[in-house]
Amino acid sequence: MRELSLHILDIAENSISAGATCVEIKVKRDILNDELWISVKDNGKGMDEDLTKMVTNPFVTTRTSRKVGLGIPMFKQAAESCKGYLTIRSQLGQGTEILARFQNSHINRMPLGNLSDTFLSLLLATPNVNWVFSYQINDVIFNFDDAEVKEAMDPLHLTDYRVISYLTNTIQNGINEVNQAVKGEINANN
Amino acid sequence: MPTIRSIEELKNLRAEAQKVKEMRNQTGKIQVIVGMGTIGIASGARETLKAILNFIEENQLADIILRQTGDLGFTGQDPVVKVIFPDEHEVVYGKVNPDQARKIMQEHVIDGDVVQELLIRE
Repeated sequence: MRELSLHILDIAENSISAGATCVEIKVKRDILNDELWISVKDNGKGMDEDLTKMVTNPFVTTRTSRKVGLGIPMFKQAAESCKGYLTIRSQLGQGTEILARFQNSHINRMPLGNLSDTFLSLLLATPNVNWVFSYQINDVIFNFDDAEVKEAMDPLHLTDYRVISYLTNTIQNGINEVNQAVKGEINANN
Repeated sequence: MPTIRSIEELKNLRAEAQKVKEMRNQTGKIQVIVGMGTIGIASGARETLKAILNFIEENQLADIILRQTGDLGFTGQDPVVKVIFPDEHEVVYGKVNPDQARKIMQEHVIDGDVVQELLIRE
């Protein structure tokens, strides 16, 4: 993966596969403490203790089409190469939360990349999931919950051009506003 | 509703509305599915999906159902795009970059011609 936002997309795919009806993604940058936090929390089917321990191993996957699952191990490796870590909390029947911490300024930290495209891919192309996104730098925060939008746009479907247009603007502007507010402190695209 | 100031503007508007209407008639409820497994994402599936979203927006399509799913199971062919027509006829395309995604949308979804060079299963 070339961007952290692609890892986020990949981890969120696991939530969808686990049958989640609500997925919450948080990206938080704390410049003062030089930290970048990424969390993906779902209400999917969860994992038991043994599987939770095993999923960071690249030779474990729940998929039957291939035997090797690389998503979580690659994300973990990305965090650990930046003085960070990755933790998984999961409970069978309750859901899973993946939390990764990075040293924000670490030379190995890959760029966050196009976070709005990751959010839009999930939001627009997986209509049966309630998506909750938040993007924060220091104390400036953008929160988005698609529940209200989905109610308002009925009976249009999510990939109607007018809905695509509206949601693209909402997500892009929300992320840009957070980046603009702290301009000068960080390189927003990094 | 914008004010129409000339007969030319009226004609433009009508032509535009007609174009949109024709596209809708041709497309019906076509489903376009992009495979978003780990390898798909690493191969550029997000950019492929974004290109399809942009195409829908630019061409003002209202009836295309775009979905993403996990690994579609075509090893070595990512990004994979599957097109399902209202009669349930399915076509699978492989190694679809953003430009090729637009080509599939225009030539197959709109005009009805299979894009042979990207076809992996019909």
